[in-house]
This record gives sequence, structure tokens and C-alpha cells, in this order.
Amino acid sequence: MSGITFAKALNEGLRRAMERDPKVVLMGEDIGRLGGVFRITDGLQKDFGEHRVLDTPLAESGIVGTAVGLAYRGYRPVVEIQFDGFVYPAFDQIVAQVAKLHYRTRGRVVMPLTIRIPFGGGIGSPEHHSEAPEAYFAHTAGLRVVSPSNPQEAFTMIQQAIACPDPVVFFEPKRRYHDTAEVDLDTEPATDPRVLPMGSARVVRPGTDATLVVYGAMVKTALDAAAAAADEGTSIEVIDLRSLAPLDSAALEASVRRTGRLVIAHEAPRTGGLGAEIAATVTERCFDYLEHAPVRVTGFDIPYPPAKSERHHQPDLDRILDGVDRVLGRPNSLSGVPGNVAEAQGGGDDHRA
Amino acid sequence: MSLLDSTPPAPGSDDDVLRLIGPTGERTASPDLDPWVSDVDDAALVRLLTDMAVVRRVDLEATALQRQGQVGLWPPLLGQEAAQIGSARALRTDDFIFPSYRETGVAYCRGVDMLEVLRLWRGAALSGWDPMEFGMGTAQIVIGAQTLHAAGYALGTRLDGSDAATITYFGDGATSQGDVNEAMVFAASFQAPVLFFCQNNHWAISEPVRVQAHAPLAGRAAGFGIPSVRVDGNDVLACLAATRRALDRVRSGSGPAFIEAVTYRMGPHTTADDPTRYRDPNELDLWKARDPLARVEAYLVSRGHDPEELRAQLQRAADEVAARLRREVVRLPDPGPLDLFEHVYAAPHEQLERERREYALYLAQFEDQAQFGDQAQFGDQARTGDDARTGKNPDGGPGAPGGAAPSAAHGTEVAR
Repeated sequence: MSGITFAKALNEGLRRAMERDPKVVLMGEDIGRLGGVFRITDGLQKDFGEHRVLDTPLAESGIVGTAVGLAYRGYRPVVEIQFDGFVYPAFDQIVAQVAKLHYRTRGRVVMPLTIRIPFGGGIGSPEHHSEAPEAYFAHTAGLRVVSPSNPQEAFTMIQQAIACPDPVVFFEPKRRYHDTAEVDLDTEPATDPRVLPMGSARVVRPGTDATLVVYGAMVKTALDAAAAAADEGTSIEVIDLRSLAPLDSAALEASVRRTGRLVIAHEAPRTGGLGAEIAATVTERCFDYLEHAPVRVTGFDIPYPPAKSERHHQPDLDRILDGVDRVLGRPNSLSGVPGNVAEAQGGGDDHRA
Repeated sequence: MSLLDSTPPAPGSDDDVLRLIGPTGERTASPDLDPWVSDVDDAALVRLLTDMAVVRRVDLEATALQRQGQVGLWPPLLGQEAAQIGSARALRTDDFIFPSYRETGVAYCRGVDMLEVLRLWRGAALSGWDPMEFGMGTAQIVIGAQTLHAAGYALGTRLDGSDAATITYFGDGATSQGDVNEAMVFAASFQAPVLFFCQNNHWAISEPVRVQAHAPLAGRAAGFGIPSVRVDGNDVLACLAATRRALDRVRSGSGPAFIEAVTYRMGPHTTADDPTRYRDPNELDLWKARDPLARVEAYLVSRGHDPEELRAQLQRAADEVAARLRREVVRLPDPGPLDLFEHVYAAPHEQLERERREYALYLAQFEDQAQFGDQAQFGDQARTGDDARTGKNPDGGPGAPGGAAPSAAHGTEVAR
């Protein structure tokens, strides 16, 4: 066990995957000599050679499209998109090719690509460097979409993603890259029973009054919010989604059946976001258990704003707690607003029992 | 040349570039370029040198302001002054420019207030100046995207029967992007009056130009049927001449043109970059000896100008702009919280209006508390780093130069 950063944990996970399988190759802009702009691939070109860690020309469509060809040839490419907002030139290759090739070829061609994307804001960057585009990919059949929230799971989930025979879009919460934690580097994700499957959600804090579903960088924010709520006597169950597509609906249902209330928080804009999908899924399957309509606490339906404004856009501890107040039918920022679901559904007494 | 048997010259070499003033100030003749700068006398050259000195100083000031936390990030142009000033001074006011994010010198020539350049990099807005007022698009951060916009704008001027030209700036890295190649296809296809101005500064962050190209970039254009030229990008006079010549062709209805200005990024990619991790310092020395300003200075001195007087004159001009920049940058206002919702759409949008109203109500809770608790006012950094619920700073991201730590004084007493 050792205390390492989220970034270093990813680096170690990539290293394990490369040691394990000589067909694993890394591709991306500046990932070789520089080690990537976030240093996630630091030292890997030096240790594995330029034939396994490729500095590519500056073209995202080229990176992903070439990775498709390598996958055809039996390789397991791990590509790095430098920033979330730069993935769109590769969107066509990801959505029209990577996601569909297995289906199109009736299972004869596998696409075991891992597409790593640092995502989310909170680091004071210029435009295109802070976006949360996960919903575009979660909407696309054929892709698996995951996001680790802590160093240990960064280490294990990147290895699971690379080992997965399906293409995986791997969203890395960049504002957590410098978070440090103890990481068990000796674990073998494929055989260690303590390691959750990549597609599973995880209860990171048990609670009884409401279920709070988050992923990526928001997990830490949600845990802080749950701790603050506990000081006031409210017990929030925090679920780290981990897999955005497919959803671990069994885990979500089990939690909501216990708590009767659901809050989803994410940085991405609300419309068509993961929150909508989670709310719909849980409502369809747990309608009789819900004490209140699900509440979403999200980024606004705006382009990602300039750095000086981002703290208003990103849900923080207080906005999450305001959402908790809403789902519990307590006084909240929308109290008295016509059409507010909290008003429509009245108080927060627990009718289950 | 037989089939599959060509060995192109190395893309990084500058042996074959057109040049008028060499690295040590020697004036060389060029039958291709000389006719286009016959009007440039010593006084005009001093003006070009002054432009370069001013933007170099603006650039250094911006780097310093980033270090001081007044600017979030800065992409230096150091070393590329001649390519930018020489090309931009060839433009007419009715020409239109689609730049990348490093064209501070071009913006300066356009009359853009340098504060408006910093507004973006300070994180106070996504852009500074009004593109329609200055005939120059705002900084394009997505690599190469602007080149297609230039092709389209140029098509528009052609359809209008105007002889205005369009110029687009991009780097060696951008030439790998599909957009740049598509822009050349479209420009050639429509014979659009657009000039592709590639500043080959040899580095795309950590990747040398050979990762992008195994032959000189100017050679790409030929494949699209676009005439091209390689010019010494550190020679302001050659850049001016080559751009004038290319613009003349473009205006005449002969379709697009392409210039590769061979220059060098003397600084980091941005202030977040550390080139010592990937760059040979000897290469830096090589290009330091080809400095765009020093060569003009040397040439003017060889023409009898007093070096002390010249330097003092440049210093005065640079000092003036720099002092104002330092003084004013701190006064650039931060956006208000509800500015988030401005300009997303041109027409009214009920859903977004609802989000704005709801966020205003949310913020109003803090305003209520401010009245009781002597907190900051609504709309003016209403939220502080102290959280009333936890008594701690709950969620500061790593190194957010945007300033204030997030989160809030959510009043337990007031809001609950």
C-alpha cells in the first residue's frame, strides 16, 4: 500500500495493462516524451518504447480512426483525448465506427478500444477544457462509459476497461488528478474478489433519508455534502455510479427502495443528461417506493462558462443540499415557486414505514 | 521523378525560404519579393520594428501577469512577431481574419485593445473584442477549426462581388487536422479568395513538426491545387512582401493561396507547459540567433541609425502599452453570476429563463443572509470560501486561477 495521486494510479494501471498484454498500445497527443499534459503516461514511452507509446499527429479523428485499424489488426489501443472539448473531431469515428463495428460485422470484429478523456471543470481553464460530454457517449449503443472517482478505482478500472472486449469511453475527473490516497497496487482486478466489476455502482456512504447518485469528481463533493447533512441529522446514501452506460439499475433500485428519495447531481447540463436517464429508470422501476419526484442538481443548460463564472455553473455542496431539501420537502430555494415539485408534493414526512 | 521515389526535404529546414533581411541584418535581393515592398523605406521599417517590440512586450507582460495570478493562462507569441506583424500589416481594413489563439500581434495591428486579448485569458469572458468591429474573429482554441470559417467567409465575399480578402492563421500542428485539409479542398473547389497563413513554429506542444509532416508544409497546398510559398517567418519584410503578393493574387479572383512562414516558438506552448521536458536547448540557441527584432535593428543600424536612440524609442513605445496593460488588467470586471445565462440563444428561450429565475432565487438566499450576517453582496462574489454548514472550504479544485474558492455561506438559519 502506498499513498499516490489519482494521476499516478492511472499511470500504474496503464503500466500493468501494458505489462500484461503486449498488444496494448497507447496513442495520443504529447503522451510520449512529455508524458501527456497531465502526465498520466509519464515514463511509459521511456520504459515500453516508441512502438508502444505513440505521439500522434494533432488530429483526434485520426487518433481514433487509426486506433480502429489497429484493433482490426489485433491490438488493444488506449487513446488519450487531451481535453474533453477536443473529442468532437473524433466523434464521427467513435459513434459511427467504434461503437458499431461489432454489430455491423455480426460479432466478427471486436473493438477493444479504451478512449481516455479527462473531463469536467473546476480548474480555471479556458474554453473547451472543462466540459462534461459524457451523455453524448452514454446515448450511443455499443459503447461502455465509465468514470472512476478515486485513485484506487482509477488503478483498477483502467485495467478493466483495457481488458474489456467492448470499446470503453473512460472519463477521468481531471480536477481530482492530484487527490492522493492509499492504493493497493498488488491487486489483480481480474481475479481479486474485492474488486467490483466495471459495470457496478457502489454505495460509498450508506444512508436512510435520501439516495444521492453521482460520478467522477462529484463523488467527493457529494460525500462532503452528506457529511454536512449528517451534522444536521439527515442521513444521505451516496452512490458512486462508476458505470454511466450501462447503468447499474439494480443498485440504484435497491437504494431508492430503502430511502424513497432520489437526487442526482452532475456537472453536465441538465437536458438529456445522465440525471434524466437515472430519474426515468428509477421512476419506472421504483415508482411505488418514491416519496417524492426525483431531483436533479446539474450544470445549467449553457455552454461551459468562462473560468471566473464556473463556480456558479458547477453544482457544489450547497446546491446539492438545496436539492436534498427539495427531495425531502423541506424549505428550499424554490419554496413558494409555482410548479415547484416540492410545493406540489408537500411535506417531507416519511410515509413508508 | 520516378514513381514512389521522391525524397522530400526535411520539414524543419529553412534553407529554401524566401528572405529579404537575414539573421544578422544583411539585406538580400529577391526578385519574387522586392517589388512588393519597394515603398517600405527606413521610417516604415522602424514602424514595423516598433510594432514587433510592442507586441513582444505585451507578450512578456501577459506572461508576468499570469505568474502573478492576474491571468489564468497565456499562450506566448515570443519569436513569432515578424510572421504576425509582417502579414497583418499587409491587410486592408475590409479584409477579414480568422486567427488561432496565439495571434496577439495580428490583433494589435488590427487596433484591438490588448486588454481585450487578456479578457479571455483572465477567464472573465470567452472572448474579448467584437469580430465585426475589427474584421477579426476571436481566438479559436479548437485546433484548425477557423480555417473552414475562413473558406466560407471568403466564399461569401466572392458571391458579393467584393475584392476583400480573407486570411486565416494556424500552426504546423493544425495542418494534421481534417478541418484544415477540408478548408483547402473547399477553398480550391469554390476558388474562394482566402489566404492560408501557416506559422510553422516547429512545435505542437511537445511534438516537433516532423510528427505532423515529413515534407515542408507548403508542399501540402500543391496537392489541393493551391499555390504556396515558404517564407522566412522571422523576417518581417519578407512576410509583408509575401503576404502582399499572395493577397494580390487572391483579390484578383485566382483562388486561394498558402504561405508557410518558417518561425519558432521561443517560449512554452502556454504558461502551463514546460518545454525543458522535451526540447533541446541548443535548438533554442540556434533560433535565438535568428531573432526577428534583432535583425531589423541591425539592418537599420547598418543604414546609419543610432542604436541607442532606436532602442530608447522602442522602449518608450513598449513601456507605454505595458504600463497601461498592468494598470488596467486588474480592473477587468468579473462576470456576474446571472451572466451565465446571457447570449446562449439569440431568441427568447423559456427553459433557460426558468433556470435563470431559479438560480436567482437560489442566490437570493445568500443575499438574505448577507443582510443579517454582513456577507458579500449578491452579484458581487456573494459566495465565499467559508461554508456555513461545514465551516470548511468544501470543494476547491486544484489550482483554480479563476480565483475565489467555490461554495458558500448557505445560511442554516435563513435557508432552512
